[in-house]
Amino acid sequence: MKAVIDYLKDIFFGLKTLVTGMRVTGRYFISPGEIITQKYPENRDQLKMFDRYKGEVIMPHDGNNQHHCTGCGICQINCPNGSIEIVTRKEMSPEGKEIRVIDKHIYHLDMCTFCALCVKTCPSNALAFGHDFENAVFDKAKLTKILNKPGSSLKKEVK
Amino acid sequence: MTFNIYDFTELTRSIDDGLKAVMSPGWALFTELVLIGLVFLILYALIGLFLVYAERKVCAFIQNRLGPNRVGPVGIFQTIADLIKLLMKELIPIKNADKLLFNIAPFIVIIASFMAIAAIPFAKGLHAIDFNIGIFYVIAVSSLGVVGILLAGWSSNSKYSLIGAMRSGAQVISYELSVGLSLLTIVVFAGTMQLSGIIESQANGWWIFKGHIPAMVAFVVFLIASTAETNRGPFDLAEAESELTAGFHTEYSGIKFAFFFLAEFMNMFIVASMAVTIFLGGWMPLHFGTGNLFNHIMDFIPPLVWFFGKTFVVIYIMMWFKWTFPRLRIDQLLTLEWKYLLPINLFNILFVAFLTLMGWHF
Amino acid sequence: MQEEIIKNIILGEEEDYLINVGPQHPSTHGVLRFEVSLQGETIKKVVPHCGYIHRGIEKMCERDTYPQIIHLTDRMDYLSAHMNNEAVCLCVEKAMEVEVPERVTHVRTMLDELTRIASHQLWWCAMGMDMGALTTFFYGLRDREHILDIFEESFGTRLIQSVNTPGGLMQDIHPGFQKRVKEFISYFRKKLPEYDQLLTDNVIFRERSEGIAPLSREDAIQYGVTGPSGRASGFSCDVRKSEPYGIYKKLNFKEILRTEGDTLARYKVRIGEMYESMNILEQLVDNIPEGDYTAKMKAVLRLPVGEFFQRVETSRGELGVYIVSDGNKTPYRVKFRAPNFSNLFVISKLAPGYKIADLIAISGSLDLVIPDIDR
Repeated sequence: MKAVIDYLKDIFFGLKTLVTGMRVTGRYFISPGEIITQKYPENRDQLKMFDRYKGEVIMPHDGNNQHHCTGCGICQINCPNGSIEIVTRKEMSPEGKEIRVIDKHIYHLDMCTFCALCVKTCPSNALAFGHDFENAVFDKAKLTKILNKPGSSLKKEVK
Repeated sequence: MTFNIYDFTELTRSIDDGLKAVMSPGWALFTELVLIGLVFLILYALIGLFLVYAERKVCAFIQNRLGPNRVGPVGIFQTIADLIKLLMKELIPIKNADKLLFNIAPFIVIIASFMAIAAIPFAKGLHAIDFNIGIFYVIAVSSLGVVGILLAGWSSNSKYSLIGAMRSGAQVISYELSVGLSLLTIVVFAGTMQLSGIIESQANGWWIFKGHIPAMVAFVVFLIASTAETNRGPFDLAEAESELTAGFHTEYSGIKFAFFFLAEFMNMFIVASMAVTIFLGGWMPLHFGTGNLFNHIMDFIPPLVWFFGKTFVVIYIMMWFKWTFPRLRIDQLLTLEWKYLLPINLFNILFVAFLTLMGWHF
Repeated sequence: MQEEIIKNIILGEEEDYLINVGPQHPSTHGVLRFEVSLQGETIKKVVPHCGYIHRGIEKMCERDTYPQIIHLTDRMDYLSAHMNNEAVCLCVEKAMEVEVPERVTHVRTMLDELTRIASHQLWWCAMGMDMGALTTFFYGLRDREHILDIFEESFGTRLIQSVNTPGGLMQDIHPGFQKRVKEFISYFRKKLPEYDQLLTDNVIFRERSEGIAPLSREDAIQYGVTGPSGRASGFSCDVRKSEPYGIYKKLNFKEILRTEGDTLARYKVRIGEMYESMNILEQLVDNIPEGDYTAKMKAVLRLPVGEFFQRVETSRGELGVYIVSDGNKTPYRVKFRAPNFSNLFVISKLAPGYKIADLIAISGSLDLVIPDIDR
């Protein structure tokens, strides 16, 4: 007799646990407020990234098209993947001294792991993280970017 | 020719008479068969497309998602787009596969589900064939599909497929018993195997209400067993994607895969409509008591709406199962059948026979 | 002789039914391959083959300076990226005898526990999915999103933070960090019981996990199974208790231990750890000390000549970092004792005698992260 009771108990407890699980999913089925899907390309306007979001490495320029990069190459040394290449050229300063000027700050986004060592170690705070994250391209070469804008120059105060 | 939405007997008879008037009886029968075939093909495609969409929406809402929402308003045309994609996909030929069986298998599966749909009464008089052994026919035909699954698994020449097919074989053979026996309880109550007869016997109340506890038990057993028979989760061992990647249809692609997919959904529809026909009064409206206003309002809703409405409720419950429970293991699956469902069913049927003998039901 | 070796490599006898679970298989969670020899549905023998995602991280570490190593250790066990980083940082700090500010150890411990919860949430998703309950995946990910938002607000990245650096943190936590952590705890305390209702108490899940593949304490020690999988067998191996680092010795928390050692025990230890991690976070969140977020470090770090070792409890077990330095700015040799590597090979002991479906459940309950196995 005990075996029969145990058998029936098994069935009822089993069914009870099943119903408990179904209650959880059933409740979510009838509560549309809990839906967490974001309709991504449509919600571009409302989409706001966090201030510290690391989308890509950029070099901020001010209104006069001036940046902070002296071309010292510390970011290039610190980058673990070789995603930064610095090309410098020599220029004559007004005082008649030969100084080093950044020609191209080449940044390979496709190799970058966002370890933030370049941004952190830059002595003149020339680099920062941008918020642009839509980096999908068909041509890998498009991910190689030149961070200093054409015709830009070094800010006077930075030395 | 009169079109009555509550009774299709007149309509079908007038079509029959009209055809017989212009051609010989043989040709008339042939034309009728072709007509019914066309109607069912269209119905089949529509229900299949709708069920795939419904499943995706149901599972999305259960999982806090939106589901398909890009193609058409709220994504209604998503399944049509998917169908077009599947039609255009390459049919990958399998090296060392048994070509003939490999190509035949999806058709066997789909034909089996196609045959079963013939016996289902959609409304009064809307019946392809009204066998006097309707239940028997449906049980027999719906289990034919497993032959196709076995062939698919065997002919793919893939080890995963073979395991899936063997699982499916063991599963369907065992659960066939429970499906049959749980339907038999109602046959004992109703005293007929004819589907239209069973529906008529529910005019004064559905069997699930007037059949006392045994009918409830039989209904629960039927739901579980038929979910297992259609290879749906939590009994989807034949395609268990976390173990066997996709089970018996691992090697299928394009439209052949779509056939398996469609057949699964159609089997679900057939099983649900059987549950509705036998336990939930088929196309009969819901009645409480006799002759009150509520019953009149219920009578006003056409039987087709009743039938499809109830069917989709049952289908929703099966989807709810699938998206809640983890999958069983093969030995537990067989334990559930042979140690739990079958003994319960046998006792249940004995009890029902006793009840009927003593005349203790409504 | 050669034939003898080949015979040993090839599994079983000729009439065995061999299947390859992996390298591309939905439930190996990566590129891992099990060579399974079957008899019917019953497993006779399992041989795990790893190395499909070997990137040579240990060798790459010899090329990089100490701050540069951090971004590589992130990519071993990516679900406990923060703990991996911390292990390297603690080892370097120990070698250089640097005293890090109190704020740093405090925040590091909080991040540890947040990472642990996030990792266990993802494990729960995957475990449910391995068992065939597909809905668990979305519920787990939904809750994990809150932790990832905390990380993103403070450090700008979600899965892999790369926020540790020898001597401290790369950047300070966001002012809203504490508020968000509190919000998360009160949210997750409500959602965690649902995990039990949906999966833990479910009769099908119980049947499939209770008594399946028990691992004895002796075997756990012998195979070096650590972390929740080891603790489920009664092997008290929590580094946070036995060799406290960071702020753990000041904290009041339980080490979740079970004795059954079966799949269900491994499952329950992880669920228990989620509750325990929330307790730890509650103790920490209100009293983060003020101060610098990094100690004063030299521009180029050079470790003294010698060998250094540091153990850390990641979400999957004990991670050991062993650095040999010859006084240069790059290490001479780095060795990681990865928890998943030991946890993986116990499967060839556990699985035989059970069904294929159990193999998937067992590997799910061991919570393997494949890139950590291969490194």
